Amino acid sequence: MSVDTKLPFDQEYVTNFSKDRQEPQWLTSLRLSSLERAEAIDLPKPDKTNISKWNFTSFRHEKAETADTPYDSLSDKVKGLVGKEENANTILVQENGATIFSRTQEDLKKQGVIFTDLQTAVTEHSDLVEKYFMKEAVTADENRLTALHAALVNGGTFIYVPENVEVSVPLQAIYVQKGGAGLFNHVLIVAEANSSVTYFENYASENSEETVANIVAEVYAADNATVNFGAVDNLAPEVTTYVNRRGQVTGHDAKLYWSLGQMNDGNTVSDNTTYLVGEGSYADSKTVSIGRGNQSQNFTTLIKHYGKNSDGQILKHGVMKDSASSIYNGISKIEKGATKANGEQTERVLMLSEKARGDANPILLIDEDDVTAGHAASVGKIDPLQMFYLMSRGISRHEAERLIIHGFLGPVVNEIPIESVKDQLIEVIERKVY
Amino acid sequence: MTAPNLKVEDLHVSIEEKEILKGFGIEVKGGEIHAIMGPNGTGKSTLASALMGHPKYEVTSGKASFNGEDLFEMEVDERARAGLFLAMQYPSEISGVTNADFIRSAINAGKEEGDEISLMKFIRKMDDKMGTLEIDESFQHRYLNEGFSGGEKKRNEILQLLMLEPKIAILDEIDSGLDIDALKVVAKGINDMRSDDFGCLIITHYQRLLNYIKPDKVHVMMQGRIVKSGGPELAEKLEAQGYDWIKDELGIEDETVGQE
Repeated sequence: MSVDTKLPFDQEYVTNFSKDRQEPQWLTSLRLSSLERAEAIDLPKPDKTNISKWNFTSFRHEKAETADTPYDSLSDKVKGLVGKEENANTILVQENGATIFSRTQEDLKKQGVIFTDLQTAVTEHSDLVEKYFMKEAVTADENRLTALHAALVNGGTFIYVPENVEVSVPLQAIYVQKGGAGLFNHVLIVAEANSSVTYFENYASENSEETVANIVAEVYAADNATVNFGAVDNLAPEVTTYVNRRGQVTGHDAKLYWSLGQMNDGNTVSDNTTYLVGEGSYADSKTVSIGRGNQSQNFTTLIKHYGKNSDGQILKHGVMKDSASSIYNGISKIEKGATKANGEQTERVLMLSEKARGDANPILLIDEDDVTAGHAASVGKIDPLQMFYLMSRGISRHEAERLIIHGFLGPVVNEIPIESVKDQLIEVIERKVY
Repeated sequence: MTAPNLKVEDLHVSIEEKEILKGFGIEVKGGEIHAIMGPNGTGKSTLASALMGHPKYEVTSGKASFNGEDLFEMEVDERARAGLFLAMQYPSEISGVTNADFIRSAINAGKEEGDEISLMKFIRKMDDKMGTLEIDESFQHRYLNEGFSGGEKKRNEILQLLMLEPKIAILDEIDSGLDIDALKVVAKGINDMRSDDFGCLIITHYQRLLNYIKPDKVHVMMQGRIVKSGGPELAEKLEAQGYDWIKDELGIEDETVGQE
């Protein structure tokens, strides 16, 4: 594996790339300053996983062509994620960052809802995007990977929901990575006061070359807004992934629900952080993951409480098979002044083989007296007596394991509020476990 | 279809290097109900677990055949699919798997692909058997044994027995922890199964259950093997007089096995 940390892309390349996409000046400048910074600052340091030897710099990066592909010409994999054509009314499909299929509803536009790819958004809604893009939830100078992300962003989606608008249909985006292309995907969701929206995304590979996915999602929720964010990540073994999904829950009584199916087959480091700033704000982060083969993964979920009466819930279940290893860090951090805040978390890991490794680290960091918090964690092997019991009823070893795994992940999967994510997740679990 | 047959000869079984069964033998045929009685610690539950293939028990010597096939050559699931059933004393709890899904998977495990039980047929059968056992409707949607009371777990074992219709069933202290009403219900379920195509081995240390399920043969187990066999009258005598007379008769001082 290449560990060359020198980037194969220079200022000239980035300038031309940005110009070619007709980007506003502020974005070109951000790209260039970030590129320069990338070499000077460090990689992120996820607790208990050393990622210094991982490939984050060897990938192809070139302009992909946008297209208006007829439904029938989409690949079977994409069609499977899209579902039936007649139901695909609010959907965006991108291949290596370029939109190849999109549908949206007129009445959403009339209400002022923006649901478009990032490239279009930065030209048509430049000021609005600039106001939020890598400003608060994630910043370009945070670490080398966020800097690289800002410099090379080549795909993604912008969603804007105006005040008092409730989007009743889920908005879906599918990001396909193929042919060794690096995916620098950026999702930006802005939910204004009293609005609500459900968004879910799929990451899929049609790929067998070594490459990188460097993904950032930023969610901004204003007063009393509700955002449901679902994801099913399923990138190929050759893809090294950095995924940073952040929520800036600034409004009072704003709510953010994360439902993350982290089913990549390659090395993955995931940061899912929510800042509960608003009084009475709420965050719920559910994560399900399965590790297999030799992959190494680190899943860190952090909920940081600033607002009074803020409530943060973390629930993570992971299954490790083969020689896979994963670290599950859950952090509830309650800042001074966040009185009556509540932080709860549970991390559970089930290991299916002798060589699988899993570690669950629940961490409570509390700087305020008047709060409630709790945590639970467990790491264990599959119980031979449960296997004996199931098999004593004629169920094969294989099927018994399957039942136990579904049972183990079920308490998280069944609680996922977005039906499509739930269904897709069940399917991916089925595929990944066997 | 040949009549069910379970034949055990000179069975020796150890747990953690400690020998518990020491030359146990029995033959159970279709249409027969056998009761194995004996005080605690004489190897009764070890027998049940070993025959089903519990991972902790090691068969060190002896033979067991099930319908003519070598039982110990079969995996646990193969034994079950061949028609052997064990109603366990301490069934596992499995979170996230509903009772109904589990039982349906178990039924289908014994069937060829394409020959699975239809959902309608399954539901009707479940309703019917749950009615027999006076089990509440909500039972099937609860996670397998999770949070079940002792009595509920026992009924659930018998529900599985009625749903799977094995050829030979071993009931390991199915009566412990059941009140008299529950005992009658469970007994009714088992009596419903009685036929030439079904044999049963009931392990118990109380005669109580045998008031409701009349055994054809009664065996007393001590020191890891059968020390006395007889008809139903033997159970009655044990109930009235306890086990000491047998110990005296056979010159046994300590009837238990493998105890510290």
